[in-house]
Amino acid sequence: MNASVAPIKAVNDFVIKFANVNGTGSASANNLFAKALFRMGLPVSPKNIFPSNIQGLPTWYEVRVSEKGYLGRRGGVDIMLSVNPQSMASDIQEVESGGYFIYDNTKALDLRLHRADITFIGIPLTAICNEQYKDPRQRQLFKNVIYVGALAALLDMDFKVLTALVSDQFKGKEKLVLPNIAALELGHQYAREHFSCPLSIRVETRDVVGDNILLDGNTALGLGTVYGGATVAAWYPITPSTSVVDAFDKYAKRMRINAGTGEHNYAIVQAEDELAAIGMVIGASWNGARAFTATSGPGLSLMSEFLGLAYFAEIPTVLIDVQRAGPSTGMPTRTQQSDVLSAAYASHGDTKQVLLFPSSPAECFEFGASSFDLAERLQTPIIVMTDLDLGMNDNMSPPLKWDDQRTYDRGKVLNAEQLDSMERFGRYLDVDGDAICYRTYPGTHPNKGTFFTRGTSRDEYAVYTEKGEEYEKNMLRLMRKWETIKEYVPEPEFKVASQKTNLGVIYYGTSEASTLEALDYLSDEGVYLDAMRVRSFPFNDDVEAFIAQHDRVFVVEQNRDAQLRTLLMAEFEFGPDKLKSVLCFDGTPISARNIKKQIKQQLPGSNVTPFQRRFRRAQGGAA
Amino acid sequence: MSYQIPKFRHPELPKNELGYTKADYEGAISTLCAGCGHDSISGAIIKAVHELSIEPHKIAKLSGIGCSSKSPTYFLGKSHGFNSVHGRMPSVVTGAAMANRDLLYLGVSGDGDTASIGLGQYGHAARRNLNMVYIVMNNGCYGLTKGQDSATADEGSISKKGEPNPFGSIDLPAVALQLGATFVARSFSGDKEQLVPLIKAAMSHRGFALIDVVSPCVTFNNTAGSTKSYEYTREHMEATGTVDFVPMHEEITTKYDPGKTRDVTMHDGSVVRLKKVDDSFDPFDRMSAMVALEKSRQSGQILTGLLYMDKHSRDLHEALATSKRPLNELTETELCPGSKVLEQINQSLR
Repeated sequence: MNASVAPIKAVNDFVIKFANVNGTGSASANNLFAKALFRMGLPVSPKNIFPSNIQGLPTWYEVRVSEKGYLGRRGGVDIMLSVNPQSMASDIQEVESGGYFIYDNTKALDLRLHRADITFIGIPLTAICNEQYKDPRQRQLFKNVIYVGALAALLDMDFKVLTALVSDQFKGKEKLVLPNIAALELGHQYAREHFSCPLSIRVETRDVVGDNILLDGNTALGLGTVYGGATVAAWYPITPSTSVVDAFDKYAKRMRINAGTGEHNYAIVQAEDELAAIGMVIGASWNGARAFTATSGPGLSLMSEFLGLAYFAEIPTVLIDVQRAGPSTGMPTRTQQSDVLSAAYASHGDTKQVLLFPSSPAECFEFGASSFDLAERLQTPIIVMTDLDLGMNDNMSPPLKWDDQRTYDRGKVLNAEQLDSMERFGRYLDVDGDAICYRTYPGTHPNKGTFFTRGTSRDEYAVYTEKGEEYEKNMLRLMRKWETIKEYVPEPEFKVASQKTNLGVIYYGTSEASTLEALDYLSDEGVYLDAMRVRSFPFNDDVEAFIAQHDRVFVVEQNRDAQLRTLLMAEFEFGPDKLKSVLCFDGTPISARNIKKQIKQQLPGSNVTPFQRRFRRAQGGAA
Repeated sequence: MSYQIPKFRHPELPKNELGYTKADYEGAISTLCAGCGHDSISGAIIKAVHELSIEPHKIAKLSGIGCSSKSPTYFLGKSHGFNSVHGRMPSVVTGAAMANRDLLYLGVSGDGDTASIGLGQYGHAARRNLNMVYIVMNNGCYGLTKGQDSATADEGSISKKGEPNPFGSIDLPAVALQLGATFVARSFSGDKEQLVPLIKAAMSHRGFALIDVVSPCVTFNNTAGSTKSYEYTREHMEATGTVDFVPMHEEITTKYDPGKTRDVTMHDGSVVRLKKVDDSFDPFDRMSAMVALEKSRQSGQILTGLLYMDKHSRDLHEALATSKRPLNELTETELCPGSKVLEQINQSLR
């Protein structure tokens, strides 16, 4: 336990990363660790960094502990817990100077990997397991629990919280409680006997979590769709969106089956592909049910023909896009915000789609429910743009809220009585002046209100026509509707700097937490930025005003091509010199340190060439 | 443009039980070519629905893209219609049927729309036993793009382009049988006596009901060398038997020779009376239907009539145990679990 550099000292503020082999049961032990810290009243943000594989490849679990409440990735690792020899060399390299490397020393460490500036802590995990357990599966599973026990001693965690959590976790499988607690104790005891506990990095119980919950965004979205009244879910399995429908299924089974008759107040159809999935959603919505699908980038591409139909035929459609690294098959288990442009203008012809950008599980829940109100009110597709980081990781979040007085906004739908009192029904007639027309469900009235839904052109009464002026009139109405939509979609959130500044920063979705942390770092250095979180597309007027009010605006996003920035430039008339990009596209969540670095590089007077231009120049293109 | 049929009608047009005349089931004037088989099928649909006394607004008609898929404009003008995207009508019907189980879903498609771009969705709708009537207006060619061979064109068949088709054809009833369809029939647009009762039976069936209708394209594929021409179809058509349809509310009055005929009661109480021509053929046996199809294919014949029916069919709603009340009628009361339940969920996440 000697290091040439003074060990990092930290209480309740550090990053610990677990290096595991996937398929070995490490996920539940690592969850146990993170949840225990959360129950000790500490904000945590665990992130799974995993391969597209079932068993055998390296997988990591990074936990940020921050009493201050920073929930994004900070960057850097203070403690690495390594049980995977495959990735050991690079895992050692990743530890911050003054940090700790905790590893299984059943097999001696290759001395070539040794670093003098970090502290190595060896625990013979395999040897302990081989001695304690005969069954190979138990040896593997309990190894994970033993290192959690050891960490409890090394970091001074409340051991009672851990044991209580184990009892909760195995409710209904009581047989498993005692062996797991015994394994925790084994590790705990070993650490106490062999090292001076706690380390210079440790935790203390606090009460800064309040009534927050720990939940992944996909589950929150699935639950939101149940609360929002979804009755038809049509989908095709694709990482990282699958757990959205899994959650809908789980909660619908619990809350939507009539106990007496066994009848389901919902239908889930696993489609043959994403084309069929979105077709089913459109069919169900056309027929008056609240329906949704969940997918990721490749699925969004497949759905884009149908999205054009839904846009033009004005059929409410809810689509949840849990983004992953693209393009093509991409990196299915890595995160990105790289579907922004393909979603915003999804389909052929002139189309613009409504996007929502949630940034917390509570917001995922809210958008999961309210997307149906928006889709039915606005009669157009609503695409909820989340990502793997938010969707598949546990995120600390305010509790989910529902007002029992809340009713569903079913939009402009005419019933038989209303049809009876009308002269002539016009499906695409702008009666109210907001460019949103009235619709009818099939089967409403024996001889009034029926119409023919088409992708090709028609007049205001839904009668087929190919007249150019009718087509143009309709397309202009859809543009006016786009203006109406701006009044309904969630407005941006602002955070004004503590000092007046002509610098601004725009971010959305999962870039929020890291950006806010980076702004604190920057203000410590005397750089102040006003901040705006964009929550939807179309952008409303506040977004334009914010950009206009600042001389230089940074746009933080997790893709290569600065997609939101492109969208801002396309929708408004700001030039590229005003909007500067802060980007991360390596497939991991963007870190606060990275954001700070990129903003500092592009501050006025720093004369740094923007990324895109720099790249073109390096390739010998025109600068 | 679509043109409406003039309102004037003979004052004594026969009325059905609901008081509707056939005119109440018509649509706009067809813009298909004069003599197109599809128009005859539209006529058969109108006749069948009128005679079945179904309220027009209780039917939803959906289609994909192509000449066939344009035809829903030309019948059932008082029904909601949906002209969706190419090859994707089955998914739209699936969603619609999930939303409201009380309507009758009539899907209309063509051979390009079904056997090529839509083969996947066709197969999966059949496999799920979606409760719908699926009519294929099958002319073996692409009309709107000027006569290319489709995937149902027979090998060696020569369309107006003049070159024999080098590829084997996809037999849609055979595919449907293999994939689990529970009502499979084939007919010919030129044989209304056969087609109308088949449409009625398909509409009374619960589950996926396919009728593949050979429907010659007068413009591009009615040539001497074509196996989808009027002449060829008339000459090579053989029928499994005849089908009579007796709606649930009518009494069976005529008597038939019990050895040759069989009455089948549908789930809605209607009766389908089958009169067989060949004793070895059993329309309730999937294997028998497959063998008969293969035999007729090998002998160069076009086997028509009811090919297969599963009387105990279990449709998608039954498989999913969806509520008897249509999902689109449910409100907050049935759908939203409320704040108390949510608080319990929050508590479990701390």
